[in-house]
Amino acid sequence: MNADTELLRVTGLHAFYGDSHILHGMDFVVNRGEVVTLLGRNGAGRTTTLRAILGLTGTRSGSIMVNGRETIAMATHDIAHLGIGYCPEERGIFSALSAEENLLLPPAVASGGMTLAEIYTMFPNLQERRNSPGMRLSGGEQQMLAIARILRTGAKLLLLDEISEGLAPVIVQMLAGVIRELKSRGYTIVIVEQNFRFAAPLADRHYVIEHGRIVETVTMNELAAKMDRLHLLLGI
Amino acid sequence: MFEFLGITPQALYSQLLVGLINGSFYAVLSLGLAVIFGMLNIINFAHGAQYMMGAFIAWMGLTQLGGWLGDSTLQINYWAMLLIAPLLTAAIGIAIERTMLSRLYKLDHLYGLLLTFGLALIIEGLFRYFYGVSGQPYEIPEVLQGALNLGFMFLPKYRAWVIVASLSVCFATWYMIERTKLGSYLRAGTENPRLVQAFGINVPLMITLTYGFGVALAAFAGVLAAPIFTVSPLMGADLIIVVFAVVVIGGMGSILGSIVTGLGLGLIEGLTKVFYSEASAVVIFVIMVIVLLVRPAGLFGRER
Repeated sequence: MNADTELLRVTGLHAFYGDSHILHGMDFVVNRGEVVTLLGRNGAGRTTTLRAILGLTGTRSGSIMVNGRETIAMATHDIAHLGIGYCPEERGIFSALSAEENLLLPPAVASGGMTLAEIYTMFPNLQERRNSPGMRLSGGEQQMLAIARILRTGAKLLLLDEISEGLAPVIVQMLAGVIRELKSRGYTIVIVEQNFRFAAPLADRHYVIEHGRIVETVTMNELAAKMDRLHLLLGI
Repeated sequence: MFEFLGITPQALYSQLLVGLINGSFYAVLSLGLAVIFGMLNIINFAHGAQYMMGAFIAWMGLTQLGGWLGDSTLQINYWAMLLIAPLLTAAIGIAIERTMLSRLYKLDHLYGLLLTFGLALIIEGLFRYFYGVSGQPYEIPEVLQGALNLGFMFLPKYRAWVIVASLSVCFATWYMIERTKLGSYLRAGTENPRLVQAFGINVPLMITLTYGFGVALAAFAGVLAAPIFTVSPLMGADLIIVVFAVVVIGGMGSILGSIVTGLGLGLIEGLTKVFYSEASAVVIFVIMVIVLLVRPAGLFGRER
């Protein structure tokens, strides 16, 4: 693999929250245009990995290369401008802002972001609710909004944390369609997911995390063969 | 109208005017506190000292600068000082934020309050050391001298200007925060600064500038106050206690709440002077106690 295909390379990443040592030497690679999942049990360090990429944890050490640039010592807002869009687990919809203000909030970090019209075509519900305060939206609408607002920014690397969590099956299916659509448009996506059945058909590769390290890598082709091992690791 | 209570309309109007003037100062000052608290989570106890610095810088520019530079004709007038004094005070505020306050954001509110309280005492002490406690007079700019005859009362021009200027600044600040893109960054940053930064916005810079802006509001109020109240090192300390009561009543961090509450309480204070002047010094604190008991988050505050 070379730098032309690699968009994200994490090497020997350690991360802390205060005194607690969460990541113990993460190593993984995400190539351009790939959809990759981070799987694992609760507390394994999946969410922390996404947060560490953006410098949102406490102390970090090791190496995180984004688009060929070392970011381990960079400030969070500068890392974002390398073209990263982040959708946090708690969705992070701002209650003091209307739906459309939420949508327009993140500044452009690269050229080629989707237009408002394209976004409303992809998420028609959001157009209907554009003037509602963020906190009045349903869980599904909030999740769509949290994804939609990072598509406007031109970010090509999307970090999506538990986007299917707590949503009705019909909305989960709709989100799976959105991920496929984004992949076909060339986005690179890292998904943290609890719901393996949601993630399995979408991803090119799965990384299984345990105690803050990658313990298994499963490509799409190996999925059937490694199912037993995955069941064991994930407890599903 | 109220003759049967022994109150003349003139007394009523003039106290309402005084109330409106005081309310304007409460509004601008509590607005600055609200902006700072929202973004920095710090209760800026140095606000009164920064208000006093605004007034002092205006006074120095008008009466001292020429002497210092050896050319007695050299002076910076009121109008220029409406801009320069807030900018200078904000610059000092920004230096304080960068070197001291920025270290306290992760700690409890109490630490920021203690630090800014200490700073207020130091700043006021320094000014008292150099200029004493007796006030310095500051002349009303010529165009605003005199009064307008409104038919039912005489309205001193300068007081009318203070009300117009304060309300304009309050409205502009409200509009900037509630209706513009920059304001949406501020509102979002108040709610979840880490996420706003993860979207690529330089939140630490935004915090620093927000503090500078809040301090500038205090200094602006100070310049407005210079011709009305005498310019003295303790002018802020006297006022800030009432302003904190206003902030508590309005609800910590609420922009609209601080403006409306500031004006409203100024008027209530003025009315109290007319009807039962003995209570006018405490009426705001009585209201504060009642509001705290009934709605601890304040009239416009959101329960957390």
